[in-house]
Amino acid sequence: MLQLSIFLENAKGRLAQALSVLAELNVNIQALSLADTKDYGVLRLIVDNPEKVEAQLKERAYVVKVTPVWCLRVEDRPGGLAEVLGKLVERGVVVEYMYGFVEKAGEMAQIVLRVRDQAVMEAAMGELREF
Amino acid sequence: MDAVDNTILIRLRDTIERALRVPHYRSAFANVGIASAEDIQTIEDFQKIPVTHKEDLRQNYPIGLFAEPLENIVRIQASSGTTGKMTVVGYTAKDIDMWAAAVAKALERAGITPQDIVQVGYGYGLFTGGLGLHYGSERLGALTIPLSGGNTERHIAFLRDLKSTVLACTPSYALHIAAAAADMGLTPKDFHLRVGVFGAEPWTEAMRGEIKQRLGLERALDIYGLSEVMGPGVAMECVHMKGLHLAPNFYPEILDDQGRVVPQGRKGELVLTSMGKEAFPSVRYRTKDLTTLTYGHCACGFCGWSLEKISGRVDDMLIIRGVNVFPSQIEEAILAVEGIEPHYLIVVDRQGALDALEVQVEVAPEVVDEISLLEDLREKLSQRIYTILGLGARVRFVEPRSLPRSEGKAVRVLDKRK
Repeated sequence: MLQLSIFLENAKGRLAQALSVLAELNVNIQALSLADTKDYGVLRLIVDNPEKVEAQLKERAYVVKVTPVWCLRVEDRPGGLAEVLGKLVERGVVVEYMYGFVEKAGEMAQIVLRVRDQAVMEAAMGELREF
Repeated sequence: MDAVDNTILIRLRDTIERALRVPHYRSAFANVGIASAEDIQTIEDFQKIPVTHKEDLRQNYPIGLFAEPLENIVRIQASSGTTGKMTVVGYTAKDIDMWAAAVAKALERAGITPQDIVQVGYGYGLFTGGLGLHYGSERLGALTIPLSGGNTERHIAFLRDLKSTVLACTPSYALHIAAAAADMGLTPKDFHLRVGVFGAEPWTEAMRGEIKQRLGLERALDIYGLSEVMGPGVAMECVHMKGLHLAPNFYPEILDDQGRVVPQGRKGELVLTSMGKEAFPSVRYRTKDLTTLTYGHCACGFCGWSLEKISGRVDDMLIIRGVNVFPSQIEEAILAVEGIEPHYLIVVDRQGALDALEVQVEVAPEVVDEISLLEDLREKLSQRIYTILGLGARVRFVEPRSLPRSEGKAVRVLDKRK
């Protein structure tokens, strides 16, 4: 799965402006997280057609990148995430960052994971699917 | 060549004689006991002549320094006035002819031929860049496209559709075109560019590499000039890139910071005197550009003075916490760090009693996602600057296109202490 990352200056109104550009482009945001530092931040989004949105944002002079991430469904109950993450870490997966969101209907939550090594994650996922 | 031959002295005397028609020069020369061109018998006599400053042009605005009546003038140009009041210069038909010939010769030494298609992205109008390049390119016999600056999309369309082989503009505008083309999904393979003719602002070797790669150029050559002495084509690099060959219409000197002439090979401020220019003779004009001079033959066939690539301007130098800092040093650091774009703004401010240096840069899309990676880059650049300057700098990442790119001269320094 591809995630969209947008560089934003940490200044008043910048986030709102970026979001209104996305609204104008008719982009529906399925999940998001914002990492921030004193001067700047990175807005990470899960959207439909991330590559198309990337091109549209570039035309509007944003610094954007699409990054491969993993989207996992976990049970929406205490310990649901810890269980899954524990299994991944056991198999050598290193998580760079993650964020989660709850599905509108149903008992599942989704988490977005960015891992250091794609191959390790793929191997781990392969093993987990066998359970 | 420290011993000046007689031909040069004869030509310099011509310039002095012409300048004596102008009241400003007449009184300036009189102050040092020069009443006629015959008072200049040696180069030492010539060095007694007071230098001309930009301020002298301003004070004689608009046409006080012209040595020909207006009916003999066919063109005026003016400096952009980025640093004050506009200054106006004039040309006779013969001056325009000499200028076009100088530019044509420079382009020829750069390996440009009548088969080339030269796209001019310098501003046309009062700025000498556009028309200067245009006349020279036409004189050479090349197809010349007068696009001027500013319409980047049209530049990209012409580069692709008309298959232009030469791009002439400021180095910062060349990078701007490259970035805009990349955003449109175009790569250097979509263009047919061979040679870049870049000038009107100082740029580093690192910037040369960057532009060559981004536009797919065989060569990116530096062209130098200023309206106060002529315009672009005063000097330019040839294919061998052994300095910028000075057009034979100028006599160069290098002055130290005390205003003394320094021997060949020493760095200092370039001072130029025109030889054979009619309407607006330049007399020991202080360019404020820092370079060194060498004299000799080049494999391209040129014989004469060459300038080292301009390393900065006298008034660009910042003194931060007692350390002399040139913007070109910071540019060098920025270009050495991959993932950071070659556009920057240097902001100097005073915090309490201390000067604070902030360097604003844009990041490349490849590095945008993980904060740890971005912070590593920030650290790397600030260390690099520390290594070069011995000064700590705060590096700030800003959004793209928020930093200046220019068609004329880029503003890269904001000194808030003034």
